Amino acid sequence: MLDIQGLRAKVGDNEILRGIDLHVGAGEVHAIMGPNGSGKSTLAHVLSGRENYQVTAGGVTYQGQNLLALSPELRAREGIFLAFQYPVEIPGVSTTYFLKAALNAVRKHRGLEELDAMEFLALIKEKMKLVEMDQVLLNRPLNEGFSGGEKKRNEILQMAVLDPKLALLDETDSGLDIDALRVVANGVNALRGKDRAMIVITHYQRLLDYIVPDFIHVLYDGRIVKSGTKELAMELERKGYDWLKSEGAAVR
Amino acid sequence: MTTSEHTARYIGASKEWLSAAKSSAPSWLNDLRQDGSASFAALGFPTPHQEEWKYTNVEPVVSRQFGLANGEAQSLGISDILSSAFVEADAPRLVFVNGVYAPAFSSVPNLPGGVRLTNLSELLRSDDAVLAARIGRYANYRRNAFVALNTAFMGDGAVVIIPPGCRVSKPIYLVYASGAKNRLIMSHPRTLIILGAGSEVHIVESYSGVDGESYFCNAVTELIGEPDSAAHHYRLQREGAAGFHTGTLAARLDRGCHLTAHAVTLSGALVRNDVHVSLDGEGAECVLNGLYLGDDKQHVDNFTEIEHSKPRATSRELYKGILDGASRGVFNGKIVVHKDAQKSDARQTNRNLLLSADAQVNTKPQLEIHADDVKCSHGSTIGQLDPDALFYLRSRGLGPDEARSLLSFAFASDIVGRMKVAAIRERLDDYLVEKFRDH
Repeated sequence: MLDIQGLRAKVGDNEILRGIDLHVGAGEVHAIMGPNGSGKSTLAHVLSGRENYQVTAGGVTYQGQNLLALSPELRAREGIFLAFQYPVEIPGVSTTYFLKAALNAVRKHRGLEELDAMEFLALIKEKMKLVEMDQVLLNRPLNEGFSGGEKKRNEILQMAVLDPKLALLDETDSGLDIDALRVVANGVNALRGKDRAMIVITHYQRLLDYIVPDFIHVLYDGRIVKSGTKELAMELERKGYDWLKSEGAAVR
Repeated sequence: MTTSEHTARYIGASKEWLSAAKSSAPSWLNDLRQDGSASFAALGFPTPHQEEWKYTNVEPVVSRQFGLANGEAQSLGISDILSSAFVEADAPRLVFVNGVYAPAFSSVPNLPGGVRLTNLSELLRSDDAVLAARIGRYANYRRNAFVALNTAFMGDGAVVIIPPGCRVSKPIYLVYASGAKNRLIMSHPRTLIILGAGSEVHIVESYSGVDGESYFCNAVTELIGEPDSAAHHYRLQREGAAGFHTGTLAARLDRGCHLTAHAVTLSGALVRNDVHVSLDGEGAECVLNGLYLGDDKQHVDNFTEIEHSKPRATSRELYKGILDGASRGVFNGKIVVHKDAQKSDARQTNRNLLLSADAQVNTKPQLEIHADDVKCSHGSTIGQLDPDALFYLRSRGLGPDEARSLLSFAFASDIVGRMKVAAIRERLDDYLVEKFRDH
């Protein structure tokens, strides 16, 4: 589904990704861990098309297409979804209004009929159960005044409604207490499926107790320095990241 | 011609009108009109040399040969007026065409006992005592030339009087429609709103006009709140693309009074709105919300002044502007806290969104504080659409144009969301969605 080869990217003069290789197959859940500043979020943003990053080398193939040639909205319509670490507050636009516009843009691209207000409401009510979200939030301005937990639930709700093929979860656990974390993780798990791949980015092993990945990669200094299965997360939890930093230096 | 020559022309016109109207008017009215005319003569039309008119040159307005309407100008269609004026079909309404009451278009269904909703010209004929005691006392014609001109030409408009303790739940619409084919028409509509103690009312003043025809609407509204009353005032402007509008809302609030005044300017070649609120009783409060949109070469100027005259009064002000094309926006927000107005609490915010490189805005807060125990804050911003928000929307599948139009809509709709009348919110949101579609 997704093939990343020798990907290098920078912001201004600062090179952040220094050669990433990663293969993600349909139905797989990959976790990307690493210390702060290792490039985890940059990778997520480059994949979703954020314009502040400049790709200097390497490439990304998504479902046989050159992903990097697509605009952010085309990537979204083709099935890529980024759950933001810091969802943006947009006063004046309700979640319902925004999500209906987004869903219909995606559906139009996929050759599906646009949903009318009634059909959309039925769909969103069903999906809200996944994240145990309060319905009053739907009519409030998007993310404005939402708690950290409400914002993250809203991200997963959007993911459920937009039905992506590849979901990128950027530090979805940050700022969540354990109850909210469980709800969000349950929502994510319910969306796992053989046609949907996920890349879960996190600093802490805690999230991976709830969303158990098939593969784990450790990013350090812009490179994947170690890959393994879920046992790697336990090892990281015990030993921290420091022991990998020397390996990272050795790779370089 | 110079500004003073234009002034002289208008002085002449007002004298002519005065003598023509004299015989049918009570003497207090003739005196008031005379005062207005004399004040206008003393003030003259403002020029950009005056601080309060620094960014707004009224030359294009005052240089044209506008004349008062006569019978033939009532040619506007009712459906055109009501649809462009955001009016609810079954709501009580007074409709004025080019400043003249149009009974055929108006509808005054049963109102709660004692509520007076009538056109001004009728009351002027009957020499009404309340009117004589109140009108002209609040909008300062000695300071503002356009108020003076309106006072000199005072002839028709609306009078709304709510008796003490009466709460009117349905909004009352005052509709002022302007413009006529092939004639340069001016009008000077006057509105007087009096809220008795403990009463409440929603008043929607809607100003609209014929697109493409040049006209000049110079409106003045006086609003008086007796103790503990609550007024919700809406000034909605959808003037024609070649229409000029100068307008003043002058409000005086007594003890425990509340006023929320929304000012929405959607269109017009040149629009200047003055708001003057006097918080003249302990614990009075006012909320001023404004939204102004500019496009092409439009010019929108909002001048607001809030006077805290008594202790413990509160004012909240939020004005937002979206300027596109080569339009220009002006916001001037003055807050005066008088010496005895301790524990005053004033907050003012002005936010502007510039959608094009040629659009511009001038924003100026002005605080004059003569008391020592007060809370006052102000802030203004001028910016473009937030790139983080744009990316967020695009990452969900919205195209860049759609994302921009949604964010512009959202910026404006924030003000609409603060309005209590659902029918107005819906109509304005529909208008804004259309306006910003694929911008």
